[in-house]
Amino acid sequence: MAQHAMVGPQLPGIARVPMAPGLKATLLAVAMALAWPCAQAKAEEVERVLSLGGAVTEIIYALGEGDRVVARDTTSTFPAEARDLPDVGYVRSLSPEGVLSVAPDLIVATDGSGPAEAIEVLQAAEIPLVTVPEGYDAAAIRLKIETIAEALGVPEQGATLADRVEADLTDAIEAARMDTPPRVLFILSLQGGRIMAAGAGTGAQGIIELAGGVNAMQGFEGYRQVSEEAVLLAAPDVILMMEGAGDHAADRRDVLDHPALGQTPAARADAIVRQPGLLLLGFGPRTPEAVRALSGAFQAARG
Amino acid sequence: MLAGLTVLLLVISAISLTVGASGANLWTALVQILRGEQIGLQESVILFDIRLPRLVMGILVGAALAVSGAVMQGLFRNPLADPGLVGVSAGAGLGAISAIVLGGLLPLTMREGLGYYTVPVAAFLGGWFTTILLYRLSTSRGRTSVAVMLLGGIALAALTGALSGILIYMADDAQLRDLTFWGLGSLAGATWEKVFVAGPLIVLALAATPFLARALNGLALGEAAAAHLGIPVQRMKNISILTVAAAVGAAVAVSGGIGFIGIVVPHLLRLMIGPDHRYLLPNAALLGASLLILADMISRSIIAPAELPIGIVTATLGGPFFLWILLRNRSLLDL
Repeated sequence: MAQHAMVGPQLPGIARVPMAPGLKATLLAVAMALAWPCAQAKAEEVERVLSLGGAVTEIIYALGEGDRVVARDTTSTFPAEARDLPDVGYVRSLSPEGVLSVAPDLIVATDGSGPAEAIEVLQAAEIPLVTVPEGYDAAAIRLKIETIAEALGVPEQGATLADRVEADLTDAIEAARMDTPPRVLFILSLQGGRIMAAGAGTGAQGIIELAGGVNAMQGFEGYRQVSEEAVLLAAPDVILMMEGAGDHAADRRDVLDHPALGQTPAARADAIVRQPGLLLLGFGPRTPEAVRALSGAFQAARG
Repeated sequence: MLAGLTVLLLVISAISLTVGASGANLWTALVQILRGEQIGLQESVILFDIRLPRLVMGILVGAALAVSGAVMQGLFRNPLADPGLVGVSAGAGLGAISAIVLGGLLPLTMREGLGYYTVPVAAFLGGWFTTILLYRLSTSRGRTSVAVMLLGGIALAALTGALSGILIYMADDAQLRDLTFWGLGSLAGATWEKVFVAGPLIVLALAATPFLARALNGLALGEAAAAHLGIPVQRMKNISILTVAAAVGAAVAVSGGIGFIGIVVPHLLRLMIGPDHRYLLPNAALLGASLLILADMISRSIIAPAELPIGIVTATLGGPFFLWILLRNRSLLDL
């Protein structure tokens, strides 16, 4: 955009103005150096991929292209070998120089990567960037896989993986179906006894529904702090939480001792399910696995 | 002192251009350019579109915060005064939060026109509006009461805090992360456009401050005494407040909330060179700029390729250091 234009294309024109030979040579050199973008063709083969987003990284590895990934973001924690790669920071607050320092020739980024300023600088550096749409259902997983496979130049592998995951997911959903779906409360965090729960339009509601449950919390969008009375009213049969995610981690004991949560059917039946956050909310190749893990717990709670 | 700090700023600036997550080095690149060799596109982007605007913005923001802090402490005759006192920070915060949470409600044409400047513009307007409001509230019959302004500032800060709270409650997960990172401050979003928008405001505001120096010195004796010395106290208050609102508003708008510089830099200098504003203000500009660039270098290299928000760096380094200075010079501070 403008910041690039400022140092780039205008200079050759300036350099043509008559002036002292030494200065002219210098300016010309500057101009040539800065006009270099036009000469640099896009790489045919992408060999250095920067993967931004937990599910994006998972999909790249599931496609068998993990050896092309040179760096990742903080949320990319699966598979284990991805953790050994350099971490360029949180996906929504990227530093342009940090990203450029790992010298990627392709950036595959989950929707919402940013900030916009950083993305703009990366565009100025002419690094191809592919944005992967986010979504919380079976169709979204297929779209993610196909988008990433396309970007990596392996569309056939993408189709195979997408078909496999879809078939697997269909089976898992079929097996998860229940006559009376359990009411599931997803707790994002339980800091200081305050309950942060998932409402509509969240990945949490998406995975609960895939696994045959219904979201016990209704009437709001996104993740919100909810009152104790609302929790009692929601009467969840199952409480679902993430494990091992820093401050999101809430101990089972905390739930049972909580004045409101402790009185819910879920706590009385000890139906407290904990799963890794990325597995639950990633919506990638491991989603069938997540559905099976949850539906097992849901059915146990129902039965 | 002034010369020393100028050299310090130049040295730190030069180092700053060579330090970063990537191996790009300005000096090697310059040598290459002078030899007529070509440098890579990525290298030129890193040097000219990332590090250079970031350095310039760091200098502007650091100078703006430090000088504004010094002016505020002089104006309020209170060692704890910082630009936050005139409501700029709280108002800018509210503006930024509104833009992050409610930005989606703006008409599409406006959103597209402003692009990612929505947040900085809203922050600047929020800061400016709050300051003007506070100034109006504390001025009656052409006289601004510093005491009313101080207490009114606390009331307004509580009010904007409540409004921010409502917006935070409405925010979704992604917006909450954006809010947190905005609050911690960063120079990472530096672009030439931001420099060209915020720069003139900050430079103009800073250029006005030397004319306040003598008046601020007089004001140290009290308002009445200053008036007897022939200082136009009311006009001086107007200029100080508007100057600070412009400089800090612009600084906060482009870099988010960066604490500590506005309080610590003036105090450090008072301990070193005394309270005379004629020397304090220009030195504060240089030292503030140097410290902020230094903090930014740390923030972008300590966990590279990721980046630590600069507010964390200024607070963790500055807090203990300031305490140490404070305890060593305890007697000097007993006013």
